[in-house]
Amino acid sequence: MAYLEIRGVDKSFERAQRAAARSSGRLPVLRDINLAIDENEFVCIVGRSGSGKTTLISLIAGLLKPDRGEILLEDKAIDGPGPDRGVVFQNYSLLPWMNVFENVYLAVDAVAPDLAVSEKRERAEHYIRLVNLGAAMKKVPRELSGGMRQRVAVARGLAMDPKVLLMDEPFSALDALTRGTLQEELGRIWMETRKTVVMITNDIDEAILLADSIYTLTSGPGATLGPAVRVETAHPRSRAELNREASYQRVRRETVSILSRAGKITTADSTAQRQGILVN
Amino acid sequence: MTKRIDFAAMVLPMMGIGVMLLIWTMISTTIAKDLPSPLKTWEESKLYILNPFFKDGEMNQGIGRFAFLSLIRVAKGFLLAIIIGTPVGFLLGLSGVFHRTFDPVIQILRPISPLAWLPLGLVIFRQSEPAAIFTIATCAMWPTVINTAVGVRSISPEYLNVGKVLKLSRLKTLRRIIIPGSLPYVFTGYRLSLGLAWLVIVASEMLTGAPGVGGFLWQEYNSLVYSHILLSIITIGLIGFGLDRLMGVVERRFKTA
Repeated sequence: MAYLEIRGVDKSFERAQRAAARSSGRLPVLRDINLAIDENEFVCIVGRSGSGKTTLISLIAGLLKPDRGEILLEDKAIDGPGPDRGVVFQNYSLLPWMNVFENVYLAVDAVAPDLAVSEKRERAEHYIRLVNLGAAMKKVPRELSGGMRQRVAVARGLAMDPKVLLMDEPFSALDALTRGTLQEELGRIWMETRKTVVMITNDIDEAILLADSIYTLTSGPGATLGPAVRVETAHPRSRAELNREASYQRVRRETVSILSRAGKITTADSTAQRQGILVN
Repeated sequence: MTKRIDFAAMVLPMMGIGVMLLIWTMISTTIAKDLPSPLKTWEESKLYILNPFFKDGEMNQGIGRFAFLSLIRVAKGFLLAIIIGTPVGFLLGLSGVFHRTFDPVIQILRPISPLAWLPLGLVIFRQSEPAAIFTIATCAMWPTVINTAVGVRSISPEYLNVGKVLKLSRLKTLRRIIIPGSLPYVFTGYRLSLGLAWLVIVASEMLTGAPGVGGFLWQEYNSLVYSHILLSIITIGLIGFGLDRLMGVVERRFKTA
């Protein structure tokens, strides 16, 4: 039995008013999504911008409800958001009126209210140090760089000690160098915690560096998941090592080919395609 | 470089004031012979400015004393306004039902002039002092109510999603996310409310004859001491300016993002 399972999920949105006048009905975003994830597995879902990646992660988080189908965590249907699914949002979503420690402590306090205050403090500090921000505990988000903010968001997600950590393009807003560092760091942290992770990304190399399985999301509207590509290389991986490995090239070719086939089915406009992942 | 900034910051406002004084002098020497010139105003007001805290009877006091009395009255009215206005604003922002129920009432009450509220206050309280404070509070409340409601409604859904994922209780969501998230708006409301409260003080003191800058202004008009009208006007303006600056500093302190 899979740990996290998505069964036949459809999701559509109400069309914008003016569009609704022309073509009635709803805009399908995701259709027939099926996914089974094992415990302690690191799964990446890659897809182009606008293919419904964020919608998918919001569905797993419970922030959105599927029109059809169901999502099960440990065989229990998900009904609304909850701390068993920690979320690292794309835009960090740190509370700007709280410092780093307070942001993480809020999460610890919310999921483990019965712990002694000293234990909660210790747990918050532990995760902040895990993301190498021990020196920035008392800083507010405004004083941090984008990379540091995203570390705090990761620390907050981990500090909830969730069953599944959901990450929505966590590094997409960062510059290439910072992104590279954080990707390798996330790999190290994952080795230490072995959380079940679902990460959304538009960067194939990021997916290959981190994931055990890579799924591709076809272009919307009405996107669906392609077959899984397994990455068998042992953790921890480093970018330099991967480049030398033959399996890396094979995985990359497979993923790209699934994605480009997915692109042909739909009529995504050419700019979106050019900005898409194939360029990376 | 710094000299040029000093020039812009110091000399230009002085020039602006100079132009105003010039226009004032011109009007007082040409069209309005009853209007005292700046110099005459200074001569006749010196006593009130140089000894701002003398007291020679209820309606003959230094301008500092009058200003103090007015400020106390404004402070009471303003505090009442924000004590009532803040929770009302939060309710409006949080509850769709509350908003649909009371928003029309608020929109109708909002444009009513202090001159209309004051007689009602006198009918209700039968005393001028509580009536004045009632008027100030009623008029000054609306910016706080409306800005607070807007602040609550404009909290980023991202922050609310954090609360949802953490399954924070309603009380915790309010304390940790909604209140701190809307504080910048709330304080903008407070600043506008304080400005309105100070605007209303003159009207309410004129009608009730209470000792204060507004009461003094009206009394001196009736006693034909026109220079003291100008003294009162300038005092009102300066204090209003000072209050706004003060609230601006407080407001900036609460700007987070």
